[in-house]
Amino acid sequence: MDAMTNKTTMDMADPVAFYGTEVASRLLLGTAQYPSPAILAEAIRASGTEIVTVSLRRESGVAKSGQSFWQLIRDLGVRVLPNTAGCKTVKEAVTTAEMARELFGTPWVKLEVIGEDDTLQPDVFGLVEAARLLTRDGFQVFPYTTEDLVVAEKLISAGCEVLMPWGAPIGSGRGLNNPYGLRSLRAHFPGIPLVVDAGVGLPSHAAAAMEMGYDAVLLNTAVAKAGDPVRMAHAFARAIAAGREAVIADPMEVRDMAAPSTPVMGRALLGS
Amino acid sequence: MKIIVNGEPASTAAGTLADLLAELELADAIVATAVNGDMVRAAKREATPIADGDRVEILAPMQGG
Repeated sequence: MDAMTNKTTMDMADPVAFYGTEVASRLLLGTAQYPSPAILAEAIRASGTEIVTVSLRRESGVAKSGQSFWQLIRDLGVRVLPNTAGCKTVKEAVTTAEMARELFGTPWVKLEVIGEDDTLQPDVFGLVEAARLLTRDGFQVFPYTTEDLVVAEKLISAGCEVLMPWGAPIGSGRGLNNPYGLRSLRAHFPGIPLVVDAGVGLPSHAAAAMEMGYDAVLLNTAVAKAGDPVRMAHAFARAIAAGREAVIADPMEVRDMAAPSTPVMGRALLGS
Repeated sequence: MKIIVNGEPASTAAGTLADLLAELELADAIVATAVNGDMVRAAKREATPIADGDRVEILAPMQGG
């Protein structure tokens, strides 16, 4: 491959579309738990992300911390994906989504219906029901789900055009707990944008998800709780881009036996 | 009258949700509101009365994952 071809390939636009909105960055970044607003802003810039997740929480008339946070996000010019984090019932999740739509002015919602406190795993029954209600009401739902194929089918039937299976429990940093399940999900839904959401701890986890053919990765704690969040944001951006490029480049097949990479023909006989 | 605002007991003389937000110096803030578990749109706040014992939620954009 000559230098020109190489450059053309590298620069090729490779956007991903969520509900018809194209973005170039395949990293979706959470905005919680950073050491300071300034470091959050710098990490968002370093990540190159175009979509950040946000939440709705109680505002105090004294501190008004939500107002300054919102100003910071708007100044960065990124899209927001509001979540329903912490909601445990369909009613809570639907009401939170409605409030988020008014506040943020977007039909997008990262739908979380949490079913278990220790693992923060989704209540997939409530999730499907809430997804159906919200889709009917004009929302574009990004469901935080498991890698279960049947649940995925039901979410798509409910109107979801994106699925976000977990890699591992939220905030655990364990990576991809069930690579087989995630691979199966990818194979079953080749046309649906799939985002690994939650549990990613290292850039190598994110690269592995991309190498499986996932369309994007959503993470928060791995960057926010790194010793240097800005540097880690940059590392994730590079890992995700590398994983994506590897898929486009079509990886070699794995073999059980060795195969010499150096030509055997022409080898000198130098033994005694 | 006594109401609950964001989970905390509060006393208010506000007749409507819009009055309550003004009382809390949040009249111009970017917030979403709910009364007794149901969302109240910004356009409906002036027409939404507040009654003794009401549970009011006032939510703002916040960090999230």
